Amino acid sequence: MTNISVSPHVRSGLSTSTVMRDVAIALMPALLFGVFVFGLRALIIIAISAVTCVLTEYVYERLMKLPVTVADGSALVTGLILAMNLPSTVPFWVPVMGGVFAILFVKQLFGGIGQNFMNPALAARCFLIISFPAMMGGNWQAVGNIFGADAFAGFAQRMSTLTVDAASAATPLAVLQGGGEVDLLQAFLGIHSGCIGETSSLAILIGAVYMIARGVISPRIPAVFVGSAVVFAFLLNLLAGNGVPSVNYLVGQIVSGGLLAGAVFMATDYVTSPITRGGQWIYAILLGFLTALFRVFGSSAEGASYAIIIGNTLVPLIERVTMPCAFGSSHKGGAVK
Amino acid sequence: MIKKALERLWNGIFKENPIFVLMLGMCATLAVTTNAINGLGMGLSTMAVLIMSNLMISLLRKIIPDGVRMPAYIVIIASFVTIVQLLIKAYIPSLDKSLGIFIPLIVVNCIILGRAESYASKNNVFLSLFDGIGMGLGFTLALTILGLVRELFGSGLAFGIPVMPDFYEPIGILVMAPGAFFVLAILAALQNKFKAPSASNVERKSDLACGGNCDGCAGMTCALNHRQVAEQTAEKARQLAEERARIAAEKKAAKEQEGGEQG
Repeated sequence: MTNISVSPHVRSGLSTSTVMRDVAIALMPALLFGVFVFGLRALIIIAISAVTCVLTEYVYERLMKLPVTVADGSALVTGLILAMNLPSTVPFWVPVMGGVFAILFVKQLFGGIGQNFMNPALAARCFLIISFPAMMGGNWQAVGNIFGADAFAGFAQRMSTLTVDAASAATPLAVLQGGGEVDLLQAFLGIHSGCIGETSSLAILIGAVYMIARGVISPRIPAVFVGSAVVFAFLLNLLAGNGVPSVNYLVGQIVSGGLLAGAVFMATDYVTSPITRGGQWIYAILLGFLTALFRVFGSSAEGASYAIIIGNTLVPLIERVTMPCAFGSSHKGGAVK
Repeated sequence: MIKKALERLWNGIFKENPIFVLMLGMCATLAVTTNAINGLGMGLSTMAVLIMSNLMISLLRKIIPDGVRMPAYIVIIASFVTIVQLLIKAYIPSLDKSLGIFIPLIVVNCIILGRAESYASKNNVFLSLFDGIGMGLGFTLALTILGLVRELFGSGLAFGIPVMPDFYEPIGILVMAPGAFFVLAILAALQNKFKAPSASNVERKSDLACGGNCDGCAGMTCALNHRQVAEQTAEKARQLAEERARIAAEKKAAKEQEGGEQG
């Protein structure tokens, strides 16, 4: 920190804790909307997930006699993002197991903050999906008419009970995969089944606008990711012989499922996304391609989370081929003659 | 002699356990240990081949010409693998089905070729037999333990019998491919943490992938590595000598110049 290079210096107020605080604030609309839609269970899952992540980081760093980095808020954000990716119907030990996996196995064992090779929350989500497929994707909380005349009474009722109407209501994405049509406005607002924080595109976009306005993320990765996912969904459907996909299908790809949440909050993770401009383009297009590939050809309706963690592991390679050369040197390393 | 034979057993099971310490034969280990029975079956099949091949190679060690020893070993090992494979197919078809391609692949198992090259080809029949038994037991034990851990947490069973309490939800990923890496990696991490002997925590003596540790090495790779180590050492010595000569020459030149100025 005391290592000061030759001037000129660019002063930036950004630090890990301010960035993490902004991300946490940006997550709030989506999470609060999740609590509004899914009730008390969602709130408890969010709390358990956040507490588990922070505690795991604290305990591990104390045991290993490392500097405790809980105060920078990165573990808290991991916990919030993990909760965002869980259905509200999971038993309460699921966020505990996911939080421990995210922080201990994906983050700390690889060297702590800045060293994780995948987004910890997403890796944990994939771990949970593979381990407990029935809980993570076979059992969604039914969502009724939440904005009706008795909206408040309904919310109060949802906040006072832990048992949920665990109807196996299909998510909009599953409906689309099955060849059906979805109500795009309802999908955009988030009045449908799904994971706690990914249902409402509106709430996620509010968070995205906040983060872009604060300079925390650049819109490049999310925009290219979502755009290329739609383009590839179109092309791959043609390739698969499904005919020309409808507008409803293509727009539905954006506003339902985890694509938007993944693009805004997970694909933009500083540690696991490229820092070069060209690299960000390649990375985002790759994510879009993989998401569409998994959604069109995969057995499960969702594909964004696998796409992002696969993209994460390729980031070092992408950066290697897109690293710009310093002025006066050549790409091969030596000085220009 | 008996003492030496028992020492071979101890060495194979604990001191140089092929999986936990030498970390050899990892493909089979990662692939088949989805449950304890598969681990045990794979371990015993490998052990049978290992004992027979050690025995045969030790018997023939003075006849096999040095230049073609590798092909000769492979032929011997492959014959025994074929016998074992046909026996399993005939008498335990269920095991044959669950182990699949990994039974024929015992031919290229590092442990068997490694023991042939580094032990059976240099020692008498009696000791080679015990070396095969020891290494085979160590391999079987390790595979069964790994299989048991994965089966216990991944599907709540032990040797196919439900043992976990009803509320336990099996962690499905542990019986899939990534689970093998998780379990082995955690094991290696614990070994490193507690400084238990393991191929992953040897003192690195050189830049070679093996760490310049010649104890756990066998065969052609070893010869190549030896040559590389020798070349590296020679190169370093040469550079050092050049550097010294250069410094000495500079000093001498400086002195002469000084002397010249004074004179």
